[in-house]
Amino acid sequence: MEMRSKEFKSRAVYYIHDGALQKAMGMLRDGFVAKRTQQAAELPEFEALREEAKNLKNHILDHLDHYLTRYEAAVKASGGHVHWARDAAEAREIILGICRRVHAKTVTKGKSMVSEEIGLNEALIENGMDVVETDLGEYIIQLADEPPSHIIAPAVHKTKDQVSDLFEEAHGTERKTTVPDLVNEARQVLREKYFRADVGITGGNYLVAETGSSVIVTNEGNGDLTQTLAKVHIVTSGIERVVPRLDDVTLFLRLLARSATGQETETYTTFSTGPRRADDKDGPEEYHVVLVDNGRSKMLGGRFREMLRCIRCGACMNHCPVYGSVGGHAYGWVYPGPMGSVLTPLIKGLDNAYDLPNACTLNGRCGSVCPVKIPLPDLLRELRHMQHRQKITPAIQRHALTAWRFAATRPKLYHFGEKVAARLLALAGRRKGRLRKLPLAAGWTDARDLPAPAGKTFLEQWQKQRGGQ
Amino acid sequence: MRVGLLVTCLVDLMRPGIGFAALRLLESAGCEVVVPNGQTCCGQPAFNAGDRKAARALAEKLLGEFEACEYLVAPSGSCAGMIRTHYPGLFADDERMRGRVQALSSRSYELTDFLVTVLGVSEVPGDFRGSVTYHDSCSGLRELGVKTQPRSLLARMPGVELREMEECEACCGFGGMFSVKFSEISGAISARKCANIQATGADAVVLGDLGCMLNIEGRLRRLGDERTRVLHVAEVLAGEDA
Ligand code: SF4
Repeated sequence: MEMRSKEFKSRAVYYIHDGALQKAMGMLRDGFVAKRTQQAAELPEFEALREEAKNLKNHILDHLDHYLTRYEAAVKASGGHVHWARDAAEAREIILGICRRVHAKTVTKGKSMVSEEIGLNEALIENGMDVVETDLGEYIIQLADEPPSHIIAPAVHKTKDQVSDLFEEAHGTERKTTVPDLVNEARQVLREKYFRADVGITGGNYLVAETGSSVIVTNEGNGDLTQTLAKVHIVTSGIERVVPRLDDVTLFLRLLARSATGQETETYTTFSTGPRRADDKDGPEEYHVVLVDNGRSKMLGGRFREMLRCIRCGACMNHCPVYGSVGGHAYGWVYPGPMGSVLTPLIKGLDNAYDLPNACTLNGRCGSVCPVKIPLPDLLRELRHMQHRQKITPAIQRHALTAWRFAATRPKLYHFGEKVAARLLALAGRRKGRLRKLPLAAGWTDARDLPAPAGKTFLEQWQKQRGGQ
Repeated sequence: MRVGLLVTCLVDLMRPGIGFAALRLLESAGCEVVVPNGQTCCGQPAFNAGDRKAARALAEKLLGEFEACEYLVAPSGSCAGMIRTHYPGLFADDERMRGRVQALSSRSYELTDFLVTVLGVSEVPGDFRGSVTYHDSCSGLRELGVKTQPRSLLARMPGVELREMEECEACCGFGGMFSVKFSEISGAISARKCANIQATGADAVVLGDLGCMLNIEGRLRRLGDERTRVLHVAEVLAGEDA
């Protein structure tokens, strides 16, 4: 998809005034957030599980090469193929190559953020294939010709009315207005496509090194049909998604659903190991895994290593006040919210996403709900630090900080300036006790008044009273 | 007990009464309070803007001023959080400074946390009457675990009726420079906070950080609410004419 993170600010303002989006965001807060809180409270070991998951992920990252090699061997042993893609272009080529070889016409897809990351749909369509998203949310935004706005609920920005309109137009049927009717209609349309599929592409939530299995979790069961009914099954996944043993999957599953949607568990958890065997009743003839690096190994060696623990649950965005105000599309690329504000600059370049690390109040709620304890605010600060050092930060801000440091390390100068400011502000706000306009910080008074100060600073009053110390 | 009061740059300039309220609370709890003369700012604005060099310069300065005190106390979760949770990281690669910074960090407290956790205070001088709702400012809550401390002190005041608001732990939209750089987003977040405050019908919203107070008060007034008072927890606990 087109990268539009540079326009974050103007897009954010646009979405703040988008009534339908605001309504949809309200539902997100009342739904996912409230349910997650409840789930976390009901599981006494929830906090211990977070710690355990963090430690296991750290262990995996420490030995990533080892587990990936084991995983590759296990996939091969089960009759599947493993492909390594250094970047998005390579990943697309590999997948296109497989599709062309089997003369694919219809490609069904389960939900996969990596496929969004590598821009897969556009590439398949350009090459003449019919791409069918089978996840309900993905299907909705495919009809609307929009990118996902959330990593697990891609159409969370859409209201029910908007979905009714989309279905009516696309299916040419009578307008459905209830959720069950809408779901049923989508089911019927999609059912037919599964059987026509030449290739089924899914993501991989976990790749099990022990068995060579890929694991997906869905609430609709669409992933199962995608991967078992097509002739060829392709899994796209980031290299960091490997786990050592089958048992380890349980740990992450217990955290994932609770953190993501506030469910105890997702409805379907599906394990795929290799292609169909002689005595299997169904399954694909070919099984491929495309392991995507796309900046990940660089992260592994640097200060953003912790970001690779991410299990793509979406809790950070559900709890982010900025995401909740502007929605996912404002962020301008596939990963929105706090995790996206870290990943986008790392994958697409710091100066292509200048605003993202700065568009954050550093309130810390994302980090406090992250199931693998990624210190997201610290990573965002680290990115700001890099922007400052690389002089990507606007010159005026850098100079202002230098001037401020000069003054703040010289108490006499600083306190003098403060006294002047206190008096000026008090004078300007004396009538109403507040200011409606500020010459040097118009951003502040665009949204709110500034309560006026008393006129004398604490330190000058204190020194008068007690002669200072 | 010799306690160094970090007034904080914002209180010093914008609402000195909070500093005097903190002073009164500490002194009435039996502390000897010193207010280092040269104090300016803890360096957080620079730290959050990515200017570590400036943040370190301010941290070193503050260290020199407060090192001699048994404790450092600030009427702000965000300044205390800066010192307690972020100072050590600023000097991670500086052998010489690390020990000193760590030593001060671990003796630095947010005001209500200090009163309850360290001093075990159970009596406060304030005589506020009315209903209040408490907003948990983010740094205090998530960096320092300030949650029950202010509430337990407010509970000691017979005239205070606490009415919890929805999403009391959600950000108010301040975020320092964020509020100026992204004023529309900040305004949208603040509007939600204000609605939650107003829904309680409380006479005052009480909190522990002046940055958030200025944001909330400014937004409430801009939205036409002249009634809801915005008070620092120190002002309420100490009595308003502290
Ligand atoms: S950063 Fe944490 S909370 Fe956000 S999506 Fe990843 S695992 Fe979930």
